Amino acid sequence: MKFDPATIERLKEKIAVYREFLKNWLEPSNLAQLRPKLEFQTGVLAGFALIASVLLGVTNCSTEGTIQRRLDEDLKKSLEEVVPAALYDNDMLQDTLNIPSAEYNIGANETTVYIAKKSGQVSAVCFKFTAPDGYSGAINMIMGIDRDGNILGVRVLSHKETPGLGDKIEVAKSDWILKFVGRSLDNLAPAKWAVKKDGGEFDQFAGATITPRKSVQAIYRGLQLFKAHQEQLINP
Amino acid sequence: MFLSETYRKIAADGIWNNNIVFGQNLALCPLLAVTGTATNGLGMGLATLVVIIASNGLISVTRHLIPSEIRIPIFVLLIAALVTLVDILMNAWAHELYKVLGLFIALIVTNCALLGRAEAFASKQPVRHALWDGLMMGLGFLIVLVALGAAREISASGTLFANASVLLGESFRFLEVTVIPNYKGFLLMALPPGGFIMLAFLIVGKRLIDQKLAERKVSVTVLTPVIAEEES
Repeated sequence: MKFDPATIERLKEKIAVYREFLKNWLEPSNLAQLRPKLEFQTGVLAGFALIASVLLGVTNCSTEGTIQRRLDEDLKKSLEEVVPAALYDNDMLQDTLNIPSAEYNIGANETTVYIAKKSGQVSAVCFKFTAPDGYSGAINMIMGIDRDGNILGVRVLSHKETPGLGDKIEVAKSDWILKFVGRSLDNLAPAKWAVKKDGGEFDQFAGATITPRKSVQAIYRGLQLFKAHQEQLINP
Repeated sequence: MFLSETYRKIAADGIWNNNIVFGQNLALCPLLAVTGTATNGLGMGLATLVVIIASNGLISVTRHLIPSEIRIPIFVLLIAALVTLVDILMNAWAHELYKVLGLFIALIVTNCALLGRAEAFASKQPVRHALWDGLMMGLGFLIVLVALGAAREISASGTLFANASVLLGESFRFLEVTVIPNYKGFLLMALPPGGFIMLAFLIVGKRLIDQKLAERKVSVTVLTPVIAEEES
């Protein structure tokens, strides 16, 4: 495409005029005159709001995919933490089954179960669940269970518990959560699924009883959910 | 000195004389909420430092556009948008750091010190002064956060910078020290009341130092009265 030199010249002049206008308009002395005017104030507030929302909208849309990928990576990493690598050779993110979980009070009405398979046979399952009643909000966890109902591993994904007290449920801060490995509904009586203060098997923390208590109870309910669907899950 | 008088005054104000916590008594909500450990204080301090520099700069650039009648809603809008932007971008591009600092970023919105600096300084000063003020105020806040966090952590659990390697990476594991071995722990200091109590001690300490400095100044003033003019 070719432009007529005269047209380009005219456009350049126009741009220069606009630039000159904008420069004069942005002079502090001119703005000082405008500032008391109501219509200027309305325009400025609307302008700032518009720029802020456009900027946030664009950023949100352009990073949504990246954030989703990061979350998938996180999920994969957590799955790998609670299910030993020797137990599966499939992609657990693709091999899922949804089971109803409303009556177990673990946060969601439907739970997505990730299924670990070795040579086509189900070796373990893994799912996210929530203790909705932590000390300061929900505690989100993930748990791997082998096909016989023994816990392979539990991890806390996110929580809002008190830093320095309740956050010992994180594996990075304390090894408390590792004590669940190997436990199952069969080898530990229901009354023992509690913190020691309540006559159970698991430690509470100095200064934080509610956090571990509610975590233990949620893990127990998670195991019950598995037991109720065990046949369906391990014989797809 | 390579810094001019103005910059030196801004630096002294930000870090000591008019410190966000000690001088202005602002930002107590995020301060008391996160200073259970020195590491958390450091995380909050770093996040706040970045946002306060950006918000000061942004408000100073647009200061001629903002009519004084609607300055507060515009400041709030700018700060909230900025914090949300940092939150989203960090989640996408610095995800590992975000998992540790994410909690603190959202808390910055509750930090009235940002609004305070926007109102009292950035909206009236050229951009380079405003950026420098943001840096110095942020540093002053960071120092108080780490000091209060360290004091509470040592008295509550006998450790210092516990879990710093989670926040800063493995190479910072050397920061993690057990100050008092076999310490039984003093739970009160880790809870919110402990924050208030320890903060009171720190403020008293600052006042005592100021008093000592003032006494020394008086004795100098007798000899050379000109110096007294500096204090405005």
